[in-house]
Amino acid sequence: MSVPTLPEPSPPTDAQKLRMRGVALLAGVLFGAGLLISGMTRPAKVVGFLDVAGAWDPSLALVMVGAIGVYAVAARLARRRDRPIYADGFQWPTPRDIDGRLIGGSALFGVGWGLVGYCPGPAIVGLGAGSMSAAWFCGAMALGMVAYRFTAGRAAP
Amino acid sequence: MVDFTPVPALLGGVLIGLGASVLLLGGGRILGVCGITGSLLDNPSDDDAGWRRAFLIGLVFTGLAGSAFSPALVGVPVLAEGPSLVPMLVVGGLLVGFGTRMANGCTSGHGVCGIARGSARSLAATATFMVTGGLTVYVVHHVLTGAP
Repeated sequence: MSVPTLPEPSPPTDAQKLRMRGVALLAGVLFGAGLLISGMTRPAKVVGFLDVAGAWDPSLALVMVGAIGVYAVAARLARRRDRPIYADGFQWPTPRDIDGRLIGGSALFGVGWGLVGYCPGPAIVGLGAGSMSAAWFCGAMALGMVAYRFTAGRAAP
Repeated sequence: MVDFTPVPALLGGVLIGLGASVLLLGGGRILGVCGITGSLLDNPSDDDAGWRRAFLIGLVFTGLAGSAFSPALVGVPVLAEGPSLVPMLVVGGLLVGFGTRMANGCTSGHGVCGIARGSARSLAATATFMVTGGLTVYVVHHVLTGAP
């Protein structure tokens, strides 16, 4: 490995990586439990929310209210800190414009979401629960993700 | 409002927010399921692959534990029964995978984390996928089936 001429963030140590894995595992369990308890792993609940013209089920809106409320506090706390507890720095998304890629991608995502009632998180939880539907969906989703990278002709950021 | 479940919805939402908060305050990262999954597929052996894998293992584990508790927690897609189910899942999965990578975020990254940070981009993304999702449900469940 060549010596960098400019100061770069040092690569994480093994101990840091391990702590980061612990943090991510806990985050995954909490997030997954939230999806299960809220009913969002049941595609019928999601489609029920999107079905404004039918028997509308507003549950998903309350899920978002709860999640956004908690996370807004966490984001505020994070802004006041120099660094997170177990890593060297916060990686905030770099601000960008509202462009065709954002809107076009979101539009495609919405069509797929409405078609079957799965978005990535609940589908992966469903995979763990042994749902064949979720397994088909996750396989196709992974393919779609890789397909985007190839059409975009670059490594993802 | 056939199946409105306000208390579990709010409680589950709080847990989702807590999970995202743990990843932010503990590790400094945004919890976006598609970003984590897609980045892992793109870069399966970089410095971040370990924690991304750990997060996904956490998600899969809750599914496993949840289904042991109650199979009803994890339902099947409403739409389709029989032979149209698998093609529908595949088309849906392809669109969700491609679209979320294109838009750099999905329900978690844009819908929860982005909106909570006050990002106009995330609000625009969320509004867009809600609208196209709603239109798709309308077409599939009302227009195609002939229901009112």
